[in-house]
Amino acid sequence: MENEIRLLVNNISVVYSDVIQVLKGVSLNVTKGHIVSLLGSNGAGKTSSLKAISGLLKPENGKVTEGSIEYDGAPIQNFSPEEITRKGIIQVLEGRQEFKYLTVEENLRVGTATRWGKPYKEDLELVYHYFPALLVRKKSLAGYCSGGELQMLVIGRALMAHPNLLLLDEPSLGLAPLLVKEIFQIIKRINREQGTTLLVVEQNANMALQIAHYGYVMENGKIVMESNAEDLRENPDVKEFYLGTAASGALKSYKDVKSYKRRKRWL
Amino acid sequence: MRKLRFHPCGNFKESYDQELSIFDTDFGRLWMIIGLVVLFGVIPFASGTYLLFILNTIGIYAIAALGLNLLIGYTGQISLGHGAFFGVGAYAAAILTTRAGFPFWLSVIAAGVFTAAVGVVFGLPSSRLKHLYLLIATLAGQFILEYVFVTWKTLTGGAEGIILSEARLFGLNLRDDRTFYFIVYVCLVVLMWTMVNLKRTRYGRAFIAIRDNDRAAEGMGIPIFLYKLLSFSISSFYAGVGGALFAYHMMSITPEPFNLWLSIEFIAMIIIGGLGSIPGAIFGTVFIVSLNEVLSHLTEYLMNVGVSTGAAITLAPLKEFVFGLAIVLFIIFEPKGLAEIWRVIRSSFRLWPFSY
Amino acid sequence: MDFFMQLLVNGISLGLLYALSALGFVMIFKSSSVLNLAHGELLAIGAFVFLVLSAWADLPIIIAFSLTLIGTFFLGFLVERLFLRPLIGEKLIEVIMMTLGLGIMFKGLLLFIFGGDIHAYPDFLPEGLSFELGNIFIPSVNVATFVIGILFLIVFGFFFKYSSQGIYMRSVADNQPAALSLGVHVRRVFAMSWAIAFIVAAISGIVLGIINGVNVHSLSAVGLKVFPVVILGGLDSIGGAILGGIIIGLLETFTGGYISTSLREIIPYIVLVIILMVKPYGLFGLVEIERV
Repeated sequence: MENEIRLLVNNISVVYSDVIQVLKGVSLNVTKGHIVSLLGSNGAGKTSSLKAISGLLKPENGKVTEGSIEYDGAPIQNFSPEEITRKGIIQVLEGRQEFKYLTVEENLRVGTATRWGKPYKEDLELVYHYFPALLVRKKSLAGYCSGGELQMLVIGRALMAHPNLLLLDEPSLGLAPLLVKEIFQIIKRINREQGTTLLVVEQNANMALQIAHYGYVMENGKIVMESNAEDLRENPDVKEFYLGTAASGALKSYKDVKSYKRRKRWL
Repeated sequence: MRKLRFHPCGNFKESYDQELSIFDTDFGRLWMIIGLVVLFGVIPFASGTYLLFILNTIGIYAIAALGLNLLIGYTGQISLGHGAFFGVGAYAAAILTTRAGFPFWLSVIAAGVFTAAVGVVFGLPSSRLKHLYLLIATLAGQFILEYVFVTWKTLTGGAEGIILSEARLFGLNLRDDRTFYFIVYVCLVVLMWTMVNLKRTRYGRAFIAIRDNDRAAEGMGIPIFLYKLLSFSISSFYAGVGGALFAYHMMSITPEPFNLWLSIEFIAMIIIGGLGSIPGAIFGTVFIVSLNEVLSHLTEYLMNVGVSTGAAITLAPLKEFVFGLAIVLFIIFEPKGLAEIWRVIRSSFRLWPFSY
Repeated sequence: MDFFMQLLVNGISLGLLYALSALGFVMIFKSSSVLNLAHGELLAIGAFVFLVLSAWADLPIIIAFSLTLIGTFFLGFLVERLFLRPLIGEKLIEVIMMTLGLGIMFKGLLLFIFGGDIHAYPDFLPEGLSFELGNIFIPSVNVATFVIGILFLIVFGFFFKYSSQGIYMRSVADNQPAALSLGVHVRRVFAMSWAIAFIVAAISGIVLGIINGVNVHSLSAVGLKVFPVVILGGLDSIGGAILGGIIIGLLETFTGGYISTSLREIIPYIVLVIILMVKPYGLFGLVEIERV
């Protein structure tokens, strides 16, 4: 049971509006109980990958045209978001999509939508245990909360759904470095204590690789590199372009340096 | 002679001038000239009195619809008071000719300007209101103006209304539908041309920016309140000119026609025609006016033939039903309206017989 | 003084009537941000369904009433499924135009079937509810309106504030993609809100029908009166709708009583414009939170 695969994405292509292809054969898998991070620059297709998994492509007129997505062995590609969330896959959207006119506690209660009618008091306690900042603000409108509180709110809200697989889209977006650190610590704790499997999309590769077990690097709608988190951290290309900690001072041309791009491709 | 321009296979615009040009190809120009010749040389002489009357009605409504299209389609400010603005134009023209003795041309222009001023007043709430709230404020404007038409008896004649005297322009009697046809359509062509050009200026672009994201537009340095008011005033000017022509067209006016239903009809015209499209506003007007005519003829026909009068009276609401159904079907199946259908037909012809 | 008191009582009962009519409207707006321009027609549909069942089919009142509620509930589902679901994600103006088109369609259909006459329900309200306050007589139907209005206020207030379904509905109106990502069944929420709105409208329509008679024109006109009422109270506040209704009712009766009857019809709109200029979100509406 140790290395059971929770999510298997097999060679998927995603097309928006029947014409715009954004993913060109992405494969990745997420082991149960692990944190897997998905890195890449803007427009690489990270968010689209998450949306393909959570079913949120549909409202944006996108579709998985090829390949398959399996969750605990059963196919889920192109299912509706209602079905997918009820299987326990919850996506935390990019950019803190809070419900502005609901109070913090009401926001958290929306998270119980997938298991409507079940008691939720204990879950509220749990969320407040991880994010004490929310307890203070629980009666105030979410629209008036700060960015850090909102990020905690949306993660907490997703936790209310008892997710088996939590998809986090850029939890560090627009937050102060200290807050980013705190949020990532909490993510790690949730993973350890609740056994939640996580797939984290991040720009902040440094943070993401510190807590992750495994990592993927995406570019132009393809996975270009995958490895253990430690190996990725040590990889010179990742260091150069995502961690910004390369030894040499002078900036080199983007195209010349990446070894995985220089490799001959036969496709 | 310079080289004729044809449609390229794709979008190959290389400069902003090209992007801004009205006609992509020389054929566009040719078609426009043919259209104008048909409009002024053929139609008025080939049509009978009844058809001319309908065509004049279409032309007049089209002017007001163009104005509303600027407000809703370009600037994104929904107004449910356009019917009343149309009425303001009609009353202004009627009062100016009968009381102050203005000549025809001056009263039409003055009516337009006066309606523009009224439009600005009722556009003032747009400084603070958006979307639904603005919609309801304009609805209130509609009712308030209607109330003024009915109750300010010394000026508007109350429910009896005003009867206009015969108008003349260049010695021609405007009673004659054919003469009036030329006036209406010259106005329509001129105003349409203005609108097409307005869209290409900084004002037009500012309007569209406000529609798409007013906050961002403000951030770009567009004084959105002034531009909203400008949009209200231009659109009311169009409504006022349309209303003034309507007064001369009908020769007598009462508050009756300028009710909420007329506002709804105007909105229906631009929705069915296609929001934010100038030809769309024209198509929508043709569609709605024709639909109205066909439906009232149908009920009349059913009243005369076979069906007993009792049943025929209850058939009259069918007109309303069909009207509503048309709006509903258009929104579901062709939200971009008749303009989109026209575009599809045109582009399939353009490439015929080689469809790629 | 008696005249004043009579106007006061009339104003409050008229206002409660408006408030009751506005509730279904607020219901739809709260859950899907749709401004329903067909609301007057919804009132009329409920009133006429009840008319057919109670007066024409001669069913016992209780059965006719329950059947009306069930019937309009499913009608609401049907209307949402056929006309509004295709528009999910479309622009606001298209949805508004759709409700406008639907309203015209329904009105035409009702006029076609029932004509423009005023119909009446059989008498069924117990007389015992009426009472006299000093010199002023308060008929049972006004008492019934009052009771129904307060009941709705409490039920819906609790529903939106505390029940999970109510919170899900508000979340959908607030941020649809986020609601979707958390597994809120958005389509079901829309369908439910229309179905419930149809029921509420039916009840309001029946009450209106008892007082003024059942007539397509007057019922659909009430649909327009709803706007000043809800705007005054704030579009999404149920308590505000009740208070707004009472204010408008009082304004109308007092203007009619002391100034002129023709001004009576227009005064709500004048007040509406003034209120909107001072407080753009009504007296109790949520201030729009805009973060750029």
